[in-house]
Amino acid sequence: MDRYSRQQRFAPIGATGQQRIREKRVLVVGAGALGAANAETLVRAGVGKITIVDRDYVEWSNLQRQQLYTEEDAIKRLPKAMAAATHLRAINSDVVIEPIVADADARLLEYLVARDRPHVIIDSTDNFDVRMIINDVSQKYAVPWIYGACVGSYGLSYVIIPHETPCLRCLLEEVPLGVATCDTAGIISPVVHMVVAHQTAEALKILVNDERINRKLVSFDIWRGQYRMIDVKRIKKDGCPSCGDKRTYPALQYENETKFAVLCGRDTVQIRPAQRDGWEWTTLISFLQQQGIQVERNDYLFSFTVDWHRFVVFFDGRVFIHGTNDIQEAKRLYYQYLG
Amino acid sequence: MRCIINGETIELPHHVRTVAQLLRHFHIHEKIAIVEINMDIVPKDNYEQRAIADGDRIEIVHFVGGG
Repeated sequence: MDRYSRQQRFAPIGATGQQRIREKRVLVVGAGALGAANAETLVRAGVGKITIVDRDYVEWSNLQRQQLYTEEDAIKRLPKAMAAATHLRAINSDVVIEPIVADADARLLEYLVARDRPHVIIDSTDNFDVRMIINDVSQKYAVPWIYGACVGSYGLSYVIIPHETPCLRCLLEEVPLGVATCDTAGIISPVVHMVVAHQTAEALKILVNDERINRKLVSFDIWRGQYRMIDVKRIKKDGCPSCGDKRTYPALQYENETKFAVLCGRDTVQIRPAQRDGWEWTTLISFLQQQGIQVERNDYLFSFTVDWHRFVVFFDGRVFIHGTNDIQEAKRLYYQYLG
Repeated sequence: MRCIINGETIELPHHVRTVAQLLRHFHIHEKIAIVEINMDIVPKDNYEQRAIADGDRIEIVHFVGGG
């Protein structure tokens, strides 16, 4: 029992708190920089179960800040969720680790939250579409979630407690478009850790039932030495469609269609087909090979290059087309080679 | 007018008199900004009316998506 001794000696946790942590389930959405660091901290802290969802695979440009991954993961192009699970199991075999290689859409997140009733959801995503889905699922199932985001040397964190604090939609009247992302402004690892320090500290308080959760919006710039906390409780809206009296959970009204999305910082478009089953991968791969296209594969995905576009096809049906930020061009390429 | 914005003393041009004008001045989209003046948060529907005064301590938080 030495493993958690230092954490237990910390009075607000103690043996009782440690037991509580052990019994709790956490859903981490995203396994990039924030997701890897959040998951590692919580797995080391000894949570009962952690589910980690991510749609991406490990690339060289991730290694500077995504602390769980190694060069070998990048060479093998392992899905982040799978690579994370392998490393997390090596760190703490007591914890049940469930990796899910998929796009965190409304259907999946609602399924996972309804199935597991996690005690907290940790946001480690890179876009507001997913965060609005997390926000609605959190309200619908009364599970707290912890927003975290960073770019450059700037970061923010905020805890959303259903029926108590303003939700993300109260704070943000619309989904921000064209805000700075890691591709345009870059990102340094220390700010990732500062965001994660706030997220995991609040997560631990939630898991041990400590009332001293920070309800303020925290933001900081670690390069400029700025740090501030803002009390936002006055902007909770009674008429909010996510947390108000007549809520409709707008982000959960999913459409059943093929979706195209430009990925943050990747010169890449993701295509997510509406229909996920019944793909004949072997047929498709041999069809491509007959056209003289060289196809590489591992257990989770296959990839090929046509001109300067690299296609990565996950066996759950999703496709990344690298070398474009243009959705129309991606659509054309998708239907040309995979439609 | 001189205000302390995010901890830095900043001289604002004369035409900046309300929170909405302040956000436009800094090219911050008002629907995604949180503004606090002298430790008091400003509801979004007050941005047009809420005046700023010399010496105000103003915090502006903008949301980012990366992670």
